Amino acid sequence: MFKEFLCSVFFLILAHVPLIANSQESVRLGIPVTEEDLLEFDLIAPPDGSGFPPGGGTAQEGKQIYDVNCAVCHGAGGEGTSGNTVIVGGDMQSEGPPLRTVGSYWPYASTLFDFIRRAMPATAPKSLTNEQVYQVTAYVLFMNGIVEEGTQINGDTIREIEMPNANGFIDRSHIQ
Amino acid sequence: MSDEKLGKVAGNGLISRRHLLKVGASGAGLALSAGALGADQGLSFQIPTWSRQPGPGATAYGARSPFADDLQRLAAQPNPTYPGGGSSRSPLQHLQGTITPNSLHFERHHAGVPNIDPSQHMLVINGLVRQPLAFRYEDLLKYQMVSRIHFLECSGNSGALLRGEIGGSAQSLHGLVSCAEWTGIPLSTLLDEAGVLPEAAWVAAVGADAASMGRSIPLTKALDDVMVALYQNGEAVRPGQGYPMRLFCPGWEGNVSVKWLTQIKVTQEPAQFRDETSKYTDTLQNRSSYQFTFPMGTKSLITSPSGEMTLNQPGIYQITGIAWSGRGSIRQVEVSADGGKTWAEAAIQGHQLDRALTRFTIPWEWNGGDAILQSRATDSRGSIQPTRSDVIASRGTLSFYHNPCIQSWQVGPAGEVRNVYV
Repeated sequence: MFKEFLCSVFFLILAHVPLIANSQESVRLGIPVTEEDLLEFDLIAPPDGSGFPPGGGTAQEGKQIYDVNCAVCHGAGGEGTSGNTVIVGGDMQSEGPPLRTVGSYWPYASTLFDFIRRAMPATAPKSLTNEQVYQVTAYVLFMNGIVEEGTQINGDTIREIEMPNANGFIDRSHIQ
Repeated sequence: MSDEKLGKVAGNGLISRRHLLKVGASGAGLALSAGALGADQGLSFQIPTWSRQPGPGATAYGARSPFADDLQRLAAQPNPTYPGGGSSRSPLQHLQGTITPNSLHFERHHAGVPNIDPSQHMLVINGLVRQPLAFRYEDLLKYQMVSRIHFLECSGNSGALLRGEIGGSAQSLHGLVSCAEWTGIPLSTLLDEAGVLPEAAWVAAVGADAASMGRSIPLTKALDDVMVALYQNGEAVRPGQGYPMRLFCPGWEGNVSVKWLTQIKVTQEPAQFRDETSKYTDTLQNRSSYQFTFPMGTKSLITSPSGEMTLNQPGIYQITGIAWSGRGSIRQVEVSADGGKTWAEAAIQGHQLDRALTRFTIPWEWNGGDAILQSRATDSRGSIQPTRSDVIASRGTLSFYHNPCIQSWQVGPAGEVRNVYV
């Protein structure tokens, strides 16, 4: 009887240990995964070229993809159909208010691939293959006079592209 | 009525914020027009019909009075090249206190509101961590949570003032700010579980909307006070605010509080997403551009009287408004009725919380003449809300994000109130 009592006291204490621990530490319910599991899930493609999928493309190949999927909003030559859809031209040093486009304003070419892959075309985001995203990226850069028509755009070459306004930004992230 | 008797404290009719406390109970000297009896004013003292029969009983989900259902957010016209994109603005001029009802909290979407089944939604933490992790919604509900009252303001709020927009109301010009009690898990708890590696300096947050909208946030902030918010004002975060979960970054431009949060990637450098390069950056007059402007400024706004309202007759009005700062609490709000020539300190009504809306109020006697009403906030760090000229002098008019400038409301001879630039 006494032994049983001791036993139940022991289990009672055991049962309470995790509760005490939980009140000070997190429950830790995250499920371990691997980066390989996330290859299609993780769409982040930063300037250092990491996160870019295999493959590549040229402006030559991208023209047709652009004409079919992009021109309806961005215009046949990237001139846009409303203020926010202009993606070609502009000059940050113009006399009047500068026209800010991919060519005149965007500091990194990687952003173009990253954004097209995650968010474009606006009516059907993520409907292009990685290959097609490379091709359209190349075509938009070509229309802006930043790469040649036959330049191969891929995870290695994209980080070498110097955008015209690359040095135009002042990082204020230290002000918190 | 003499200025002294009314306790005038600044030009053009501002009355001491303490004055009403002294005379308010009796109303001495403050009645709009004396002498009229209730019956002459059209008041009826018959027992009304709703006092003669029982009304409907309790309901499963509440609704507002049909007499008060005209209060709406103001949404922009849909844009065919931007499906689901755009914003809706809170009706600030009709709200009181400091908490925004969830149905009226402002919205800003980049590809519409996704209809997320929480059992199919995951929050992934990967990148520079010891162990990448995936969290189920049902599991996140088991974590210890914190609750904090904070404002949320879109970086583009009040941008119309830098463009010199004519007219407008508190809602149309400034309605991209709201305030709520947010409840969720400190992001640091989840980052600790994954184990942040020493070389990490940033995190990239990504939403599960059709734009998979992403923003980069310095790790110092992510480990400080950022939360994964699951509840807003006590109920599950609504779809328009990121259901089933959103990031919440107190005091910072709204866009970094990524909705429908599905990924946190720990990195060494910012990801340079579209919405932190092409958008939400501010070009200066010399054509260089500010990037990563995170905390919102020290700011205030008179919500009543405000643009598109009309004052019916000269007399006493209670000026009221909201103030907030992205870097602290509100220490003081001053009000001017003469376009900034003289100022009087307003009374703070209720809470004065860190990075939350703070309500201020001050009585004012409109004499029927010209008046320009302004408010000016000072935060707990001593930072003072700038004038529009200050903002333009420091960065020009090529950008419209992150504008904290003083709003001027002009009261015209017929009592009409409108947005002006002084």
